[in-house]
Amino acid sequence: MAHQEKLFTSPDAAVADIPDGASILFGGFGGAGFPNNLIQALARRGTKNLKIISNNCGTGEGEAGILFKNRQIRSVISAFPGPGAKYFQEQFDEGAIELELVPQGILCERMRAYGAGIPAFYSPVGVGTEVARGKEERVIEGRRVILEKALGADYAFIKADTADRLGNLVYRKAARNFNPVMATAAKTTIVEVERVVDVGALDPETVVTPFVFVDRIVVAKGLRYV
Amino acid sequence: MSKPRLTREQIAARAALELPDGACVNLGWGIPNLTAAYVPLDRTIYFHSENGILGMGPRAKSGEEDFDLVDAMKVPVTLVPGASFFSQVDAHVMTRGGHLDVCILGGLQVSEKGDLANWRVPGAKGAGGIGGAMDISVGAERLIVTMEHNAKDGSPKVVKTCTYPLTAIECVNTIITDLAVIDVTPRGLVLREVAPGFTPEEVQAATDARLVWSGKVPDIPVIS
Repeated sequence: MAHQEKLFTSPDAAVADIPDGASILFGGFGGAGFPNNLIQALARRGTKNLKIISNNCGTGEGEAGILFKNRQIRSVISAFPGPGAKYFQEQFDEGAIELELVPQGILCERMRAYGAGIPAFYSPVGVGTEVARGKEERVIEGRRVILEKALGADYAFIKADTADRLGNLVYRKAARNFNPVMATAAKTTIVEVERVVDVGALDPETVVTPFVFVDRIVVAKGLRYV
Repeated sequence: MSKPRLTREQIAARAALELPDGACVNLGWGIPNLTAAYVPLDRTIYFHSENGILGMGPRAKSGEEDFDLVDAMKVPVTLVPGASFFSQVDAHVMTRGGHLDVCILGGLQVSEKGDLANWRVPGAKGAGGIGGAMDISVGAERLIVTMEHNAKDGSPKVVKTCTYPLTAIECVNTIITDLAVIDVTPRGLVLREVAPGFTPEEVQAATDARLVWSGKVPDIPVIS
C-alpha cells in the first residue's frame, strides 16, 4: 500500500468524501500546527453533524471556529475550549453542543492507546474529581486509578512542515504538538504540509511520523489565527 | 486589617526561590507564569511547556517572534541551550510520569490535605476548561500553588475542605500566598513564613484551615 498515490491537488479534494456525522481529530495548540486549510475546505463542503476531537474549540472564525460558526458540529471532546472560542461558547450556552471535557494528557494518551491497539487503560488523573464520574475505579499498586477508554476517529486532520511523497512527516518546533499522535488514531489521516519532497530526500533520523500513519497529503501555505 | 500584602510579582519572586538549580519546571497561567522572571541569576531552570518544549527561555523580542515557537499561553518564546521539542504525548509523559522536578500552578482553593481546586468557579458561565492542570497536579514531583490568600470577597482560599470542583486530591506540597508560605505535611499545614508586618495569628485569622507553627515564624523575604 505504500506506493499508492497520496498526494491530493487541493484541500477541497482531500476532504471531498467526508460524510455527514463523521468523527474527526484536529491537531494544533496555541495557534501553531493547526490544519487550517483542511478545516476551511470542510467548512466550504458544508459537512454536518460532525463529532470533533480537538484540544481547543477555535479562535474566532479560525481553527475549528468556522465549523462552529456554520453549525456543522454536533459534539466535541476537548481539554480546553479556550477564551477565543466565541462560536463554540454561544452554542454551548444554548445547549446546542455536546461537550466532553478531558484532561489534556489523558486526551493524548487515549489517542495513543487507540493508535497502539490498546482498548483502555487505568490512570490516576481525575481521581476524586468530576472527570471520574461514571468510570470504573480501582486500586492498583496502592494507588487509586480510573479506567479510561481509547479514543479514535474516522479522520485525522493534521499539519506538518514537510512530507515526502510516501507521507513521512517532519514538523516544525512546537507546531508538532498533537499532530503525531492524531496521525496514529484515525482510519484516514489527512496532512497539510508546506512542501512535499521526493522519497529519499528526508533524513530518516528526522522523520517523526512514519508514512504508515498517513493516507492523504495536500500542499498548502499554512494559515494562522492569533 | 488592611496592611499591605505581597504583590503578585512578590509572590512569584518568592516562589522562584523554591526552584533548585537545574530543575525542570512547568508553570501554570497567572502568578506562576510570572515566576520565570525572578529566577536567581546563578540558577539555570529548564521550563517545560505542555505543547512540547523543554528549555523555554524568555519571551521573544518584538519583531523576532516565531509563531511555531509559543508557550501554553500562545506567547512567542525563545529557547535556552539544551532545549528540545517533542509531541504533546511526550510532554504529558513528563508531567504525569513524575519526570518534572517542580510544577507551579494557580489555585482557587487548597485544602488542608493538599487537595487543589483551580479550574472552575461553581456557577461560572461557559464550559470552563481543564487543560493540562489535572495531569500536572497528579504527576508533579513537587507541586507549589501560588495564589492570593483570600478571594476578592475576603473568603479564605486555604480551606478545611474544597467546595469548588477539584483538580486533584492530595497533590499540593507548598502554598505561597500574599500572606504566607505554608507546607502541606502529614501533621497538617505548617506555617513556614509570614508576610512582613503580619503575625501568625493574623494569618490564621485569614485562613479557614488550621495552621500549625511553633515559636517565631520568619518573614517572607520580599523584593521591592
